Amino acid sequence: MDAVNWHTIFFWLFAMLACGFAVGVVVTNNIVRMACCLVASLGAVAGLFFLAGTEFVGAVQLMVYVGGTMVLLVFGVMLTARGPFVSMQTGGGQWILATIIGGALLAVLLQAAFSVPQWMAPKPLVPQAAPAPTAATLGLALMGVRVDKLERPDPVLRKGMSGYLLAFEIISVHLVVVLVGAAYLARAKRALGPRPIGLGGRSAPPLGAAQK
Amino acid sequence: MMNLLTQPVGLSHYLAVSAVLFVCGFLCMATKRNILGVLMGIELVLNGANLNFVAFGSRLLRGGTSDGLGLDGQAIALFVIILAAAEAAGALAIALNFYHTHATVDVDRAEELKG
Amino acid sequence: MAEFLLSISAPAWLAYSVAALIQCALLLAVALGSAAISIWLERKVSARIQDRLGPTRVGGRFGWLQPPADGLKLLCKEDIIPAAADGPLFRLAPYISFCTAFCVFLALPFANNWVALRLNVGVFFILAVSGLEVFGVILGGYASGSKWSLYGAMREAAQVVSYEVPMALCVVVPVLIVGSMDLVEIGNHQAGWFWHWHVFHDPFTFATFWIYMTCAVASTNRAPFDLAEAESELVAGFLTEYSGFRWVVFFMAEYPAMFLVSGLASVLFLGGWNGPIPIASLLHLTPAVHPLAGWIGNLLGMCNFIAKGVLGITCMIWLRWTLPRLRIDQVMTTCLKYCVPLASAMLAGVMLWMYLLPGGVWTQAEQLWSPSTVNAATAVRREQAPGPPRPAEKQAHHEPEPMDVVWTR
Repeated sequence: MDAVNWHTIFFWLFAMLACGFAVGVVVTNNIVRMACCLVASLGAVAGLFFLAGTEFVGAVQLMVYVGGTMVLLVFGVMLTARGPFVSMQTGGGQWILATIIGGALLAVLLQAAFSVPQWMAPKPLVPQAAPAPTAATLGLALMGVRVDKLERPDPVLRKGMSGYLLAFEIISVHLVVVLVGAAYLARAKRALGPRPIGLGGRSAPPLGAAQK
Repeated sequence: MMNLLTQPVGLSHYLAVSAVLFVCGFLCMATKRNILGVLMGIELVLNGANLNFVAFGSRLLRGGTSDGLGLDGQAIALFVIILAAAEAAGALAIALNFYHTHATVDVDRAEELKG
Repeated sequence: MAEFLLSISAPAWLAYSVAALIQCALLLAVALGSAAISIWLERKVSARIQDRLGPTRVGGRFGWLQPPADGLKLLCKEDIIPAAADGPLFRLAPYISFCTAFCVFLALPFANNWVALRLNVGVFFILAVSGLEVFGVILGGYASGSKWSLYGAMREAAQVVSYEVPMALCVVVPVLIVGSMDLVEIGNHQAGWFWHWHVFHDPFTFATFWIYMTCAVASTNRAPFDLAEAESELVAGFLTEYSGFRWVVFFMAEYPAMFLVSGLASVLFLGGWNGPIPIASLLHLTPAVHPLAGWIGNLLGMCNFIAKGVLGITCMIWLRWTLPRLRIDQVMTTCLKYCVPLASAMLAGVMLWMYLLPGGVWTQAEQLWSPSTVNAATAVRREQAPGPPRPAEKQAHHEPEPMDVVWTR
């Protein structure tokens, strides 16, 4: 009992949570409960990221994914819920077909995961050689400097060009464009002038037409 | 059971979890009729992939050697998370517009363009 | 703790479990204690502001036992779940709020290295987890099956997600100055007299501190930003359908969150566990002298930290009973049109300041006023320190600030 492996215990805890709530997302038909299960599952995956020693990615997962994206999604669920609690049924045939295909896919993936003996158990870790300074090296990599590859540079790439600066910039601009576009698409299309009698807001002329 | 709790977990275990997440997301995308349910399936699939990237890039799971993805895995995982946020925002805007014009979020009802 | 238990030959699993449990219990005590103190403070301060006395009888002259009495009264109330509610989610929601509020305390340092979980990305972790608290409110509002609750939840979602942006921008400023997201390092960077605190680092950080406090009040749903539970418009917002114990649990989440944002403000801007006067180092209470001395110094530091946290809570209560509630559009305008641009400008200003004055004003001042360079002082001052030097600059600074820590970590 003395040789309790805390990493293993917490791995199983978070793995069970992640998988269990992921299955919950699939089986439940209530969209709000699906969202809750998804939040729990993504939170458990963030825990797995922490366990794998990548704290920064775990924190980003919690902040952006669980705190941002999922709030957005729940917001969408609330905006589009017709009755108090929406559920849409899927036919039994579709379920059977999906289960067969999904099961086959799962079998293939699991077989692949456990087929490489090197992946089964880690080599003994150098006892606390240096705590991995995840955030700083990762930040420098995003700025285009790979401090982790200084002693072993990639021969294919030019010196100092193996970072992610271009990808980072592209993604930043992409994110801004997408968010502005989404805000434009999703805004309430209100008429500026007097509203036509007997028509709801959604059939009113678009903003540009009203201004002309 | 005790054996399960005392032996170290390796890369394979993380890959197995990510496989389960991926398949759950896939099933979700295939069986849900609510457009937001389909979106949630996509999020699960992306997370499964992300877990793979992080596991392959982790120094702990590769025993401190540098034969893994290293920092690349983490960087790609970050990009996936950010792109998933962008994707969710865009898809949600489309879903809201669909809801405004059709008064439903059932993807099976979006069939005007059916030939 | 675990090392001590291991040394008295306890089995490893027991030692680690007991150590973890003790730390959890301590943190829980802090969270609940801060809730109790805040409730008492809220009653007393609001009473004073309204020219009343507040609780005077329960438990002595100052009404010390009012919070437990309140709790007992609320526990005895009937626990109602509306027929239209989604039962499991309705029951779950308060606990989500409380668990996230409690989880954040994991990464909050109370003194130098007195932290349950010292993370490389500590401040980011705190921001991330405290952002999850909104889920409890959203779920509670939605699962209540009531329109008032749903409106409250929608407002909460919009408000909290929006205010996360300027808050993160403000938090980046001290991170930029220190070059680390580790809260212990950020706190230790401000060691010494009070002018080493980040809030006095330069004019931009001073402004950033006030923007941060605005966003912090908004992110904890306190007045004047308590739109999610606006009594005059929405009955009680997301709390409308809650009663008894579950209602209490929501407040058990709100008051620790207040302590948390003020604690974070104190670590980031107000020196954390470093008091205005460095008593501990003046009395040589450092671990280098004796482990016990270091422990006493840390204890003093913790008192400092908690005092600053309580001061922050008091300011929030003062705000709540002074300012009228904003409208929801005013709340969003404050965030998106004022806080975000201002915080971005302050971030840019701090970057410029760090570029022009590497090491901060105090290092420059030390170079200027030390005896060896006093002859060249006027020439150097014209080049290196634009603007009139503040009077406090004349105080000599003991050691240079480790500004190159960004690249060495």
